[in-house]
Amino acid sequence: MAIVSRDFRELRLDGVCRSFGQMHALTDITLAVGRGEFVALVGPSGCGKSTALNCIAGLLQVSAGRIWLDERRIDDTGPEDRGFGMVFQNYALFPHMSVRRNIAFGLATQHRPKAEITRRVEEALALVRLGAHGDKLPGQLSGGQQQRVAIARAVVVEPPLVLMDEPLSNLDAKLRLEMRAEIRRIHAMLGCSTVYVTHDQEEALSLADRIVVLIDGRMRQVGTPEELYTAPSSRDVAEFMGYRNLVTSRAEPDGNGVAVTVAGARLKGTPFEAVGGEAVVAIRPDDLRPTPGGPILAKVEIAEYHGRDFYAVARGPDGTDLYFRSDERIKAGDEVRLDAAPSRVLVYAA
Amino acid sequence: MRQARPPLRWRLREMGLDGVTLLVVPGVLFVLALFIYPFVYGLVLSFHPKQGGAWANYVTFFSNPYLYNTISTTLGIAIPATLINVVASVPVAMRVRLMKRQRLLTTILVIPITLGTVMVAEGLLTFLGPRGWFNRLLLLSGLVSSPVGLLHNYWGVMLSLVITGFPFTFLLTLSYVTGIDPSLEHAGAMLGARARQRFFRIILPLLAPGLAITLALAFVQAFTVFPSAILVGQPQGTTRVISIAAYQAAFEQYDYSLASAIAMLMALVQVVIIVLLLGGRSLLFRGPASSGKG
Repeated sequence: MAIVSRDFRELRLDGVCRSFGQMHALTDITLAVGRGEFVALVGPSGCGKSTALNCIAGLLQVSAGRIWLDERRIDDTGPEDRGFGMVFQNYALFPHMSVRRNIAFGLATQHRPKAEITRRVEEALALVRLGAHGDKLPGQLSGGQQQRVAIARAVVVEPPLVLMDEPLSNLDAKLRLEMRAEIRRIHAMLGCSTVYVTHDQEEALSLADRIVVLIDGRMRQVGTPEELYTAPSSRDVAEFMGYRNLVTSRAEPDGNGVAVTVAGARLKGTPFEAVGGEAVVAIRPDDLRPTPGGPILAKVEIAEYHGRDFYAVARGPDGTDLYFRSDERIKAGDEVRLDAAPSRVLVYAA
Repeated sequence: MRQARPPLRWRLREMGLDGVTLLVVPGVLFVLALFIYPFVYGLVLSFHPKQGGAWANYVTFFSNPYLYNTISTTLGIAIPATLINVVASVPVAMRVRLMKRQRLLTTILVIPITLGTVMVAEGLLTFLGPRGWFNRLLLLSGLVSSPVGLLHNYWGVMLSLVITGFPFTFLLTLSYVTGIDPSLEHAGAMLGARARQRFFRIILPLLAPGLAITLALAFVQAFTVFPSAILVGQPQGTTRVISIAAYQAAFEQYDYSLASAIAMLMALVQVVIIVLLLGGRSLLFRGPASSGKG
């Protein structure tokens, strides 16, 4: 395989800040991306993840802090000189150029010999499996094909780093799954370091080696997908990572863990921050299951059929809404008893 | 069994004809009365000369250098004026596109259009005249020893055409430039293209079809120059444009037939240039200047 990412060890962001007027979009981002690593920047919309990516790309100036590529400081160089590949949310293919010329664009600006350009463009086309579409204009391709061209165009110049800005968010659900697999395959094949921005936590979990959660322009947690999924470090991260049940409660020490009250019932939980007094209990809908003799008594309000199982909302005696999953058929109006394993009941300071 | 034909109203609607279609009637009548009828009338009139056969007016025109030279004179003013306006409007529009307060600038630029050419010519007469501010400043600063003659010659008309034509080309170009997805420039930059390469390889090809339209409209505006050619030009010499020839034929010699023939030739020259421009445009990429499903 001729397309390989250029040699480098790591990209380092050192206290990067960016403000727009009085608004602080990014505050103190410090992060290192190693060679071949796939890092996902996630967070709710407006959290600054695209700003962070544009700062790395050079499309936005940083307000403070530094960006290093190994020993080279790059935060004051323009995007033309950083040599990173970028895949845009709207693909940003040049509409007046054929697929081949789009892919060749980066090589042409480097003034590579004609023969080399032709050879590498063909390789890139084969890589994204669009060999038969090389002479078409982008407008003649489907959304998924256009995004594959955009990926080929970004990786054909063998960039040390590929930046992806929500590349799948304009695709429909089925294509999104296909393209996710495609991105994983290309990443595995080329081993190019990737910084991937998404608001879809599922996408981040399935693709990334490491996930960075940004909330309000600050890094709230960095970890492997598993760490973030099972052990969010704070209430906000838990909320973003799909802990839909967030219940305020009083926490009391109880053996190794803490005891909390959810919907009038006592549950054992795992404390994640110094917890005393007021606390927030976070439970995933998947971890809250109907169990015979479970401590929480609730009445089903809404039950959605999801194929193999049901997602449901039940209201506890104190009016708390609880989101849970059930393998058994349930319907609105049923009484259920719910329970969750102590390790899956996460307790944060309020 | 024969399938029942749907009612006529339905079939008409399928073809895009329904009650709303009637709304074009006033417009069609307007065009017929104020454009098609006068045009055809003029065309017919031009073939009924005061003396001689049907083509006599055209023969007269092309055998008299005082008449046929007006074509080259007019082109000599209209083509440079059009090019100056369109070429200058592109960089300005590229810059203004990035500005936050476009409205103030747009307002300032629209004023010359609303004032009209006569007003602008009057302004030029006082401002650029031998005793005007412009020459006084030049004389005071010692840059020149005698007033610069920018009026009653070729340059007066050119200036007037630029002042009244530029805002128009600028506004058109600005709308075309802002129609280009900024992420295309970002993509170009990420692929190592510098500002110059991005402009010539990405922006300009996407802008070209719009520029062709702008050129065509600006050219027509400049080719039909009349008030400023008289007021700030040299209507007997360097700026004796074709509309002056038509005016003189009609209202000084009272030869409406010859005047119509000149008007027809004027229209013909414009049509030729516009066909060339739009023909060239059809060779360009004319798809949306955005990137896929945005």
